[in-house]
Amino acid sequence: MLNSYILRRLLLIVPVLFGVTVIVFLVISLVPGDPAKAILGTFATPDAVAQVRHDLGLDESLPVQYGIWLVNLLQGDFGRSYILHKPVIVEIGARLFPTLLLAGVALVLSSVVGILLGIIAAVRQNSWPDKVITVAVLVGISTPSFWLGILLIFWFGVRLAWLPVGGMQEMFGGGGVLDVARHMVLPACALAAVAGAVLVRLTRGAMLEVMRQDYVRTARAKGLPERRVIFVHAFRNALVGIIPVIGLEAGFVLGGAVYIETVFQWPGIGRMLVSAISTRDILLVQGGVLVIAVAYVIINLLADIAQSLLDPRIRAA
Amino acid sequence: MSGRPSAWRLLTQNGVVAFGLALLGVMVLIVLLAPVLPLLDPNVTDVAHRLKPPLYPGHWLGTDQVGRDILSRLIWGTRLSLVVGLTAALVAAAIGSAIGLSSAFYGGLADTLLMRGIDMLMAFPYLLLALAIVAALGPGLFNAMMAIIVVNIPFFARGVRGGTLSVVNADFMAAARLSGLSDWQIIATELFPNVLPGIVIGVSTTVGWMILETAGLSFLGLGAQPPQADLGGMLGEGRNLIQVAPHVATIPGIVILLLAVGINLVGDGLRDVLDPKLKSGGLARTHARTAAASSEARRAGLQPAGDAARQPLAVRGLHTQFTVGRNVYKAVGGVSFTVKPGEAVGLVGESGSGKTVTALSIAGLVATPPGKITRGEILHHGEDLVDVPMQRLQAVRGGTIAYVFQDPLTTLNPLIPVGEQVAETIRRHQNLPRAEAWRKAVALLESVRLPDAANRARSYPHEFSGGQRQRIGIAMALANNPEVIVADEPTTALDVTTQAQVLALLNDLRRERNAALVFISHDVGVIAELCDTVHVMYGGKVVESGPVAAVLQTPAHPYTQRLLACVPVLGNPERKIEPIPGLPPATNALPEGCAFAPRCHLAEARCSAAEIELAPVSADHFARCVRVAA
Repeated sequence: MLNSYILRRLLLIVPVLFGVTVIVFLVISLVPGDPAKAILGTFATPDAVAQVRHDLGLDESLPVQYGIWLVNLLQGDFGRSYILHKPVIVEIGARLFPTLLLAGVALVLSSVVGILLGIIAAVRQNSWPDKVITVAVLVGISTPSFWLGILLIFWFGVRLAWLPVGGMQEMFGGGGVLDVARHMVLPACALAAVAGAVLVRLTRGAMLEVMRQDYVRTARAKGLPERRVIFVHAFRNALVGIIPVIGLEAGFVLGGAVYIETVFQWPGIGRMLVSAISTRDILLVQGGVLVIAVAYVIINLLADIAQSLLDPRIRAA
Repeated sequence: MSGRPSAWRLLTQNGVVAFGLALLGVMVLIVLLAPVLPLLDPNVTDVAHRLKPPLYPGHWLGTDQVGRDILSRLIWGTRLSLVVGLTAALVAAAIGSAIGLSSAFYGGLADTLLMRGIDMLMAFPYLLLALAIVAALGPGLFNAMMAIIVVNIPFFARGVRGGTLSVVNADFMAAARLSGLSDWQIIATELFPNVLPGIVIGVSTTVGWMILETAGLSFLGLGAQPPQADLGGMLGEGRNLIQVAPHVATIPGIVILLLAVGINLVGDGLRDVLDPKLKSGGLARTHARTAAASSEARRAGLQPAGDAARQPLAVRGLHTQFTVGRNVYKAVGGVSFTVKPGEAVGLVGESGSGKTVTALSIAGLVATPPGKITRGEILHHGEDLVDVPMQRLQAVRGGTIAYVFQDPLTTLNPLIPVGEQVAETIRRHQNLPRAEAWRKAVALLESVRLPDAANRARSYPHEFSGGQRQRIGIAMALANNPEVIVADEPTTALDVTTQAQVLALLNDLRRERNAALVFISHDVGVIAELCDTVHVMYGGKVVESGPVAAVLQTPAHPYTQRLLACVPVLGNPERKIEPIPGLPPATNALPEGCAFAPRCHLAEARCSAAEIELAPVSADHFARCVRVAA
């Protein structure tokens, strides 16, 4: 169903993506000093520096540089990594799927568990499950995910040895889905914890708010069983406010993937970014950040569309 | 009581927040004292004593991979993390607030440009943006802090802009402009104080994040550079030692956790104090039915039901109250009335008289908390609805007793097509297949004269007019041919011509189906037209009741008399309309005796001396007034 809201929302993505490219370009162009020297090191010959400057288009004005960069980008040319000696797009292509897989699983996990616990906490407000959940949420939002990852490795990977902490095979042709799944349990949990805690809090508040609305009283006045009142009448309305936050949580999860991939040696873009930053592989950083930002924009687009499908008032607006 | 307690007292009263404050206080105290505490040098290595466990002599928390004292490094590291986190939060707040304030204050193109820029920044997962900035500036604690500041500016700019917009158009702002203050003076004296609480809340809720974020960058080796270490850096160094010396990574993690817990607790507490609207624990869940005292307590002193037990509805001695903090609001204080088959009973009174709470009490729909039925019973053919099993109550609700509520916009579920909302009631009580229930729902919508019902049944509540929505509400109430319809001011939210149509419709349909009606209204004229019997309510009690003609033509209670005097009569413009002086009583401080006495022009000393009983004016006409009782 392609209605006018979705169409408008799709059009709106063009300026956002444009803005994203501008910012990525500007941040990297504002590197103090000469990026060419930074790439080649202090002892580079002037000729080599000039060559790199030309390769990077640094001898043009800033808007022209941006134009050239954008045109290349649209053709799939993200430049070459001077450290890895291969096109940036190739390196990113190899690492995009693992990152999206890990972040996607963590997002789904945190959403499902977070919303369920939030509903339980709201429906059984002030009971002991509510209190346990509230404390868990406080600990969850206060825990650094990278530390949680280390603890999970220590307990479940080393002490109890229930799950592997490294040595994942290629998904296709290697160990298959099961091998990947076993390696993903711990990182996905570590990544999902914080986002999940935020969603528990949000869901609990939204449910308590919605349960006070007049239409919930109407649903009860109709004699509907409480289960239906909670899930069909209250929860659906609470979900309208929760979905955009899930979109924002995607940002947490994609960003947090940088830590988790580093801790768990996950072959994704996050870990690539960290090493690219220490080797000052500017173009690789630029490409990686851009790709993740685009993924984030798309997830938020999907969240907005899902919200509009749920709420007819948004479709009409 | 001398007004509001101080913010500090409010903060420390809450045990959880006090715990957070104490936790944070101790940590801050320790790091402040770091220079004078007898600590070892955090950077002195001692490879001979490397990776010693906690409680090792001379090193309470053990040593790290090069033999440095972990306790000392921990305290100095915490100090660094706190300083960096706090600085980042304050700087981001200052810059973001400046942008937000000026953007909202000057508006126009500047506002549009600034906000589009902010939108672009927010299109990034912010850790990634921070990484890009660190990549550009190069690793290092200062650069990491700059990156964290930049990515948090949009949050403050957005929030402060929103807060400013809500005051920038207020009346006092216009007054300030007219009085000739300069822009800067207005911003400093009028705007800033209004948005400051929002900024404080913003800082208190983001400091924790900022500490976690800078720790994260240091953990990745992009923040603090060795040998200097903040908490994140220590964690990063301990990461690879997790198998041989787990304490090296565990201890700094625990400290980050405690720090963040303390900050989050205090932040939540601050938010509750500064912005009570957002108070997290302020909302209580409403229960499936109204709470009630034990049946013995409720029935104490009630006369035997007699004939009332055979009627479709008999409210007997009903007391419903709300407890909010230390205040008890006795919204309904002993209401009794009976509804015979097919009879139309009106409850009339000003707002706050307890008529709506009486209506909602019938099917246990008064919100609990804070509502509770403390005395009395609600008989439905002799069955006390206050304590029938939940399943039985649910069979009655929408089955034999149905409701039409006041505001049809808020009482219909905005996300469900109206036909489905009607069909749902039918399926619940008649056990019909979906298609059959849908056909019946459409037929009902036709019977309430909803145009093009077959198609419009698939529309949502917001797509109808107020009058149409209330027709849908009526269709929903009629769905299972109830014996009693409780209509709570069903037309108050509608305009006058629509009111008349909707009322006529409700009355015709309920007569066709021989349903009794409990009609709640503040409008005496409507009651006169619709009802057989009327009960006039004041201060939670029935003050006069009887056949509509008798009560309205020969009112016995001064309140009824004054109420009728307020009603304009069509075609009689000479008639003087006399508003009742004073206000209805607050139900948490009801006067002794007659609640109307303070406003009554006929009041005497005995009115306020003792409880006054309903006394007969004639065979079926009663009033609660000393002048009648005499």
